[in-house]
Amino acid sequence: MSDFFEIFGLERRLAIDGAALQQRFYELSRQWHPDFHGSASPDAQARALEESARVNAAYRALRDPLARVEYLIRLTGGETRGEGGTLPGFPSNKDAPSKPKAPPALLAEMFEIQEALEEAKAGPLDDAARATLTEQREGLEARMAETEARIIGPLSQAWDAAPPPERPAALNALKEALATRAYLRTVVDDLGAALEGREQEARH
Amino acid sequence: MARIVGIDLGTTNSLVAYVDERTGLPVVIADADGRRLLPSIVGFTPEGLVVGEAARRQLARRPADTVYSVKRLMGRGWDDVKDELRYFPFKVLAGEGVVKLAVGGREVTPPEVSAIVLRALKERAEAHFGEPIEKAVVTVPAYFNDSQRQATKDAGRIAGLDVVRIVNEPTAASLAYGLHRLGQGVIAVYDLGGGTFDISILRVKDGIFEVLATNGDTHLGGDDFDRVLLLWLLEDIQARHHAQLDRDCIDLANDNEVMQELRLAAEAAKIRLSAEERTTLTLPLAGFTYHRMITRTEVERLLEPLVARTLGPCRKALADAGLTPNEIDQVVLVGGSTRVPLVRRRVQELFGKAPHSQLNPDEVVALGAAVQAQILAGGIKDMLLLDVTPLSLGIETLGGIVSILIPRNTTIPTSAREMFTTSVDGQTVVDLHVVQGERELAKDNRSLARFELRGVDPMPAGMPKIEVTFLIDANGILQVQAKEQRTGKAASIEVKPTYGLSDADVERMVEDSFTYAEADVETRLLIETRNEADTVLTHVARALRQAGPLLATEERQGIEAAVAALRAAREGADRDAIRERTTDLNHATEHLAEAMMDAALKGALGTKRADEIMEKP
Repeated sequence: MSDFFEIFGLERRLAIDGAALQQRFYELSRQWHPDFHGSASPDAQARALEESARVNAAYRALRDPLARVEYLIRLTGGETRGEGGTLPGFPSNKDAPSKPKAPPALLAEMFEIQEALEEAKAGPLDDAARATLTEQREGLEARMAETEARIIGPLSQAWDAAPPPERPAALNALKEALATRAYLRTVVDDLGAALEGREQEARH
Repeated sequence: MARIVGIDLGTTNSLVAYVDERTGLPVVIADADGRRLLPSIVGFTPEGLVVGEAARRQLARRPADTVYSVKRLMGRGWDDVKDELRYFPFKVLAGEGVVKLAVGGREVTPPEVSAIVLRALKERAEAHFGEPIEKAVVTVPAYFNDSQRQATKDAGRIAGLDVVRIVNEPTAASLAYGLHRLGQGVIAVYDLGGGTFDISILRVKDGIFEVLATNGDTHLGGDDFDRVLLLWLLEDIQARHHAQLDRDCIDLANDNEVMQELRLAAEAAKIRLSAEERTTLTLPLAGFTYHRMITRTEVERLLEPLVARTLGPCRKALADAGLTPNEIDQVVLVGGSTRVPLVRRRVQELFGKAPHSQLNPDEVVALGAAVQAQILAGGIKDMLLLDVTPLSLGIETLGGIVSILIPRNTTIPTSAREMFTTSVDGQTVVDLHVVQGERELAKDNRSLARFELRGVDPMPAGMPKIEVTFLIDANGILQVQAKEQRTGKAASIEVKPTYGLSDADVERMVEDSFTYAEADVETRLLIETRNEADTVLTHVARALRQAGPLLATEERQGIEAAVAALRAAREGADRDAIRERTTDLNHATEHLAEAMMDAALKGALGTKRADEIMEKP
């Protein structure tokens, strides 16, 4: 089965022309969307559904530069999302699937934030705690934005430019940056939930 | 290819439309009387079923056996709807998963009631074309979950319609606008109907209608507007007339018929206030007439919190589309409730531009459904709708946490595959719980189905590799497969929809629908004529109680004779006779109506005469 880059007739590169991608997506949609295969044989309809689903999945993975990096990592064998998880139904001593772990570089400074979060979960927030958490969230959001910019900017360019032997190293740099971002995202979400007093949304 | 019609199965009204081959434009099909909207109301009478306008007319007199707004119950479980059931005058029971209605001495599910509405539309289309119609595109709110979509498909099957496509209402509307070359660029469709709210953001380019994000609330619409207005009026009546109410031991809130009349009066006043700044509401009640003037400002204060509830989903949809309000080129209004000026103001404030509604907001969804039907029939080749799934879909994993396979706003059709493993050594059966929603814990989301994967080889925990595949088709309906990969062994899957009907259920309902067929045309017309007679009789009896003493004895006797004549005719089956006696009674009471109105107005408003303050009907 062809990979998502191949579906769009693209080389495996992180730099993609968004307008051309959209154009090609529309063409492929016109070719495969089930709307245009309603009177075909059941086999042909099933094929159209499958191809159309694949075109949509491919477009979703490639149109967003961050999702594109995640897809590339999955494609080249290193899972970023890991396995889906452990299924329930029986009592188990195993730990539930854990949230992303703090990258070593962030461990120390996250400690303080985690502590504040625990406190926030324990009881209602006073104004001082609210101000601290808000400030921490803004700081982390800025940091997340900076990490994202690094992933889709220099790190992606570095992977595109790397000759094959240097690609694993470039890929590792992307993986680490993605892990940092995933972790920051979790903490930012937790802070948001604590500040807005709502429950956590499911993660993708 | 066989003809496919487009159907808007609405909370309040339903319509059927098709694309005219000669003009290439979508057209709504009217009934024999020229009515385009079919009220989504079904009356269960001893003589048979009545649908639409005839059922609407018996709302206040047979509240327990007249079902309206059943769309709010589609694909729903008891816990989803129990809070609002006290507002429904008909009886709703907790079924197994899905709720049931106890009406007309039998139990029916919401899809069966919707099927009756669909069948009426099917017949309307068949009468128009003079040929059988078997295929339809049916619209649903974009924010409908999988159970609600399945329930809509089931309703089609029960009605003898092959629902070839389920289309989201706001996107259908965008197709209608697109066909008229009215919507181009990035458009936001704000769709506030009788019972549901949707916001969809689309990019329309080169004939492709690409939905970027959608959001909404499947329990927010004009019905809720009517409800807050009704509760406010009820309080007002109780405050103003408590002496009379206490004296006569009247408990308005528990009088189904009065509450229905009040609800209809509230709805009518709401509609008038969209065009006027103030309106008068007159409601004859037992022993007295409630009469008051209502201003738009008063009503807007009541509606404000409900309208505000639509703005959150709008912001979320914008965020999911990665857009700011000023990046929206056009805002389109759909659904009858967008006629409310407050709604228009709030939408304009949010998006910073005047919304438009060149196409009739009551009809545009049906027109769009007809366009989609024509695309599927091969009659339109240059337009393509790429819609999204509104809610995330996932699997419950250990600890009750959801693992999402398909995030919300993913373009459909789509598929996703993920590996899972077991939590116990030697586990041979694996429970799979499919859920839909945005919450972290499975129990807080909508449960769609439970599967059992059997025949897994015993292995240590964490060793099996269970591949779960989700496939969402172009209708937004999910199929799930699971297999254990390590052994490659075929494993059996048992599907048990949490809030749906099984195939066997639907088959049985198809059978039942023939047994409980709609009353034949003659009977139906007779029921309608009797219903009209009953309405007039009720009003006259009430008016006589209040204003009778104002009439001359001779006149009073004349009316009583006309009442007796109509009552006698009503017992027979001669429609013409009933209609003639009804007309006679109407003539006999012309002066009574005036006298009553004057009396009511003098009581409430001093000495002004009726024609000085009444608005035109």
